[in-house]
Amino acid sequence: MHGNGHKEDIRIGFYVCHCGHNIAGSLDVKSVAEYVKTLPGVAVSRDYKYMCSDPGQELVQKDIRQNKLNRIVVASCSPLLHEHTFRIAVEKGGLNPFYFQMVNIRENVSWVHTDKKAATEKAKDLARAAVQRVFSHKPLEPKHVKINPDVLVVGGGISGIHAALTLANAGKKVYLVEKSPTIGGHMAMFDKTFPTLDCAACILTPKMSQVKNHSNITLWSYSEVTKVDGYVGNYKITVKRKPRYINEELCVGCMDCIEKCVYKEGKTPDEFNAGLSKRKPIYIPFPQATPQVVLIDREACIEFKSGHCKKTCVEACDRNAIDFKQQEETKEIEAGTIILATGFKTFDADKVPYYGYGKYQNVYTSLEVERLVNASGPTSGEVILRNGKTPKMIGIIHCVGSRDKRTNRWCSRTCCMYSLKLAHLLKEHTDAEVYNFYIDMRTPGKAYEEFYDKLLEENVHFIRGRVAEVTDCAVRPEEEGKLIIRAEDTMIGIVRRVPVDMVVLAVGMEPKEDAQDVRRMFNISCSTEGFFLERHPKLAPVDTFTDGIYIAGACQGPKDIPDSVAQAGAAAAQALSLIDRGEIELEPNTAFVVQEECSGCRTCLTICPYNAISRDEEKQKAFINEALCKGCGTCVAACPSGAIKQNLFEDEMIYSEINGLLKLTSTECC
Amino acid sequence: MPDKPKVAFYWCASCGGCEESVVDLAENILAVVDAVDIVMWPVAMDFKKKDVEAMPDGSILVSLINGAVRTSEQEEMVKLLRKKSKLVIAYGSCAHTGGVPGLANQFEREEVLKFVYEDSPSTVNPQKTRPEIKVITEEGTVTLPKFFNVVRALDQVIDVDYYLPGCPPTPKLLKQALEALLSGKMPEKGTVLAPDIALCDECPRKDTKPSDLKYTEFKRPHAVQIDPNLCFLAQGIICMGPATRAGCEGVCISGNMPCTGCFGPTSRVKDQGAKILSALASQVEAKEEKEIDKILATIPDPVGTFYRYALPVSLLRKRIK
Amino acid sequence: MVSTNEQSTSKNSWEPRIVAFFCNWCTYTAADLAGVSRLRYSPNARIIRVMCSGRIDPQFVLDAFSKGADGVLIGGCHPGDCHYIEGNYKALRRVQLLKRMLKDMGIEEKRFRLEWISASEGERVKTVINEMTEQVRELGPLGMPERFADWDKELDILEKEINRKGETVDA
Repeated sequence: MHGNGHKEDIRIGFYVCHCGHNIAGSLDVKSVAEYVKTLPGVAVSRDYKYMCSDPGQELVQKDIRQNKLNRIVVASCSPLLHEHTFRIAVEKGGLNPFYFQMVNIRENVSWVHTDKKAATEKAKDLARAAVQRVFSHKPLEPKHVKINPDVLVVGGGISGIHAALTLANAGKKVYLVEKSPTIGGHMAMFDKTFPTLDCAACILTPKMSQVKNHSNITLWSYSEVTKVDGYVGNYKITVKRKPRYINEELCVGCMDCIEKCVYKEGKTPDEFNAGLSKRKPIYIPFPQATPQVVLIDREACIEFKSGHCKKTCVEACDRNAIDFKQQEETKEIEAGTIILATGFKTFDADKVPYYGYGKYQNVYTSLEVERLVNASGPTSGEVILRNGKTPKMIGIIHCVGSRDKRTNRWCSRTCCMYSLKLAHLLKEHTDAEVYNFYIDMRTPGKAYEEFYDKLLEENVHFIRGRVAEVTDCAVRPEEEGKLIIRAEDTMIGIVRRVPVDMVVLAVGMEPKEDAQDVRRMFNISCSTEGFFLERHPKLAPVDTFTDGIYIAGACQGPKDIPDSVAQAGAAAAQALSLIDRGEIELEPNTAFVVQEECSGCRTCLTICPYNAISRDEEKQKAFINEALCKGCGTCVAACPSGAIKQNLFEDEMIYSEINGLLKLTSTECC
Repeated sequence: MPDKPKVAFYWCASCGGCEESVVDLAENILAVVDAVDIVMWPVAMDFKKKDVEAMPDGSILVSLINGAVRTSEQEEMVKLLRKKSKLVIAYGSCAHTGGVPGLANQFEREEVLKFVYEDSPSTVNPQKTRPEIKVITEEGTVTLPKFFNVVRALDQVIDVDYYLPGCPPTPKLLKQALEALLSGKMPEKGTVLAPDIALCDECPRKDTKPSDLKYTEFKRPHAVQIDPNLCFLAQGIICMGPATRAGCEGVCISGNMPCTGCFGPTSRVKDQGAKILSALASQVEAKEEKEIDKILATIPDPVGTFYRYALPVSLLRKRIK
Repeated sequence: MVSTNEQSTSKNSWEPRIVAFFCNWCTYTAADLAGVSRLRYSPNARIIRVMCSGRIDPQFVLDAFSKGADGVLIGGCHPGDCHYIEGNYKALRRVQLLKRMLKDMGIEEKRFRLEWISASEGERVKTVINEMTEQVRELGPLGMPERFADWDKELDILEKEINRKGETVDA
């Protein structure tokens, strides 16, 4: 119905990339180039080995100058990978970068189809669609957005701590929000760290107090992010601060209140000790907790339950810090970038009943053992079992909830090494015989294999084979009163029954329970197993698909402390590079209302999720605020009179793609 | 006296309302009659096909043709007029976009004939008699024109220069068109001779539409007491105004009836029905598929509602078997 | 219908043509993942990338059908996961109504499909495209352009008669 209306003489340069063998191996690139040469408007059509290489880009630039090209189409990989690269190349060649269109013939064609003829045909269709599309491309200017230099770090484990400190040391203001009452995360619960065996607390707690004392860090523990608005450079975050019933400003962490609580003994399982001990309703998670502020557990506290407590804690506090009427608080903060370091959860051993956790009292998870061997743990570091005895035989079962189709398919990467560590520590503490039941020993890492060698020398036993079950059903006299680990020993090809006093389940790492909620809130994606998805597995490991939001540590996938810290540093560096640039270029794919075409019907006003559309009451027409528009195009599709257009995705462009895909030329439409 | 410009009027599958609208020029029609020489107007004047055939090609300044094309006779006549005319104007919704007769594109030819001659409630025809295609009389053989399977807008049969939209076009638009024509100031070929903006632009109830409208139910005009001052959509009554070209000045709205879309879409829109569908569905207040369906079920006939005047020119044109 | 008969005689060479509109953040990324994972699926779908499934105008779907697509597939983020908060809900609402309309216009339900496919579901891209290709293959060609041409033969017939008549008059 409406023609192109282009007065300009369109001269398109088309380039099909071999991508080495990646594309050229599965489809006939030469015939694609030859075919495209015959299409209207195409002035140059070439194939080249690697279009993204410097010579590939220079080829485009040279053609733009020599052949007076004014549109460029490159058929290669996904635009999500190289669109930016080619736009820059086009711009360097002297053209507006948006006179460019990319055709995905690798991820969408050569890598997914085996029939070479069909793949070539599809590549031609896609190429034709793009060639027809660029006719209606328009020169555009990228949007520039200022970056608020403040950063939000979510999660106060080692990754969050390291990221926050890195940024704060660089002079940036950091908000560190931690869900639990203290920062420190899982690392704070560990006894020693592999392979160096330095004590976790000794290396972690100084960093924790640095966080607390850093003038650039605002630490909000016992707090949760509940809402995220805005966009890169300008996020608006709502944080819920749960009531501790203690005035954080007044409390100095003297713990007199805990001492004087009407409960003489604790009755609530102590989270920090993995439930191996009990704590009081008023408590501090552990001696070096940061902040050093006590809190009251509403569920356990008599005053909250009955209102008739003697409140000995209040009497004990000479700073009047206890406040039973404290309310939840809501804080609003603004930050330009966000680092998510929300960590992981350990595999729930209840899901593998054949290993007897919860059924047999002397079956422990690795996290429990960390506390058991820790000097500040429930037994002050003495390995005393739940039956009061010291174990003489210990079995450690690897890959519990890892590398198993019944539970989780992935390798949790840390369990082999921490199992070795625990074997060493348990042997050190008890002098017991320690058996490791493993599938494969995975010890890649600096000084990791050497640590394994060391364990071998310490006479720790290694049995290669997946454990079938843990049972107390004795069939031999020496098994009486013991737990028997039944496993195939694949080295010698027999099934073994190993009687032990203590079983340690090396539980794997899983996405946190609320990972899905968190990712929705921050508008990022998860990979299949539920860990946060990085923008690129190799080249953008801490970026996400949402600009200005980075991920670090085990929320992205199982990793140990060194890797978590490295990633946290990387995330901080990514945030810093954005902050120090001061502004970011955004895709100019915003929508706009053509004023003389708008009837003022208000359809768009009701559906914009960002309130970017307002009504000019005087002109009685809709108007889109470019800064607020994020370019979804929903209003464009909804506008009943076609008065809204989206840059880069105008109706005409989509229609020419449809035409191209269906082997029609652009004039054959309508 | 120099030759006055020659004008022809013709009707195809239409109701006669378009003819009426020409007469609605009232006293202005005298000026028209004065200024032009009407060479064909079956409804008002006795000219025959052979009179037109006798005229040189291109000798008629303009033919204003209303009605959709659904028979071979209509096709023959419009082709003849095209040949004899410098300009052809598709006059009214049926010629412009297929109009109400175009709704028959939801059915096959045989379904239509069967309903009309056998099944319609007001038909008594136990012998299932159908009109004879060919009757031989003393004067000669009389044949009925062929009844097509597909209803067409005028430009799907012949080349059309301009479109005067509406069911029927308003006298004001006709007068403007004739004036432009006689003064030789016509716009670019293919133009629809009405503002290229949706009806809301000139709707008297424009200001009463809320900016946060969500639909929880659609109501049909006959089933509710209609507020005479409030935007129809705000009352949950489907109004095609947002997806329909302006130019009628809201005549239906002023009569307290919603727009049903007779002016067709704006030039930016390929498919009027799809567009209003998109706009309305986008604002449905539900997220669950079932809930959405429940609300949308209150639109009993989407095709008949959204394509009341434009099914033949819609992207799909006709229901397929 | 003549064109369908013609089509069915050459059914061996006929391959379903599916136009797929995928949102940038979920389904397009999933298709990339399918590629990176070297999943193999049928080559019948052609993807058009849009930023959000909310951008998909029902006109695009009808246009694709009218230009010869045998099936149209829309891919968006799962409910609650839309990169643009709720563009996918708008897509869902339009699709629900459009499905009804297509049915009224005689187009088989299986020719038009909406799927929520997240960035991590490369496997799902493969399954859905394979499934839809087979379903559409079973239905046979929709062939709207051929149908249009076929419908318009009733005009061409008369044209020829008029021309013939013209000749006899001249003679």
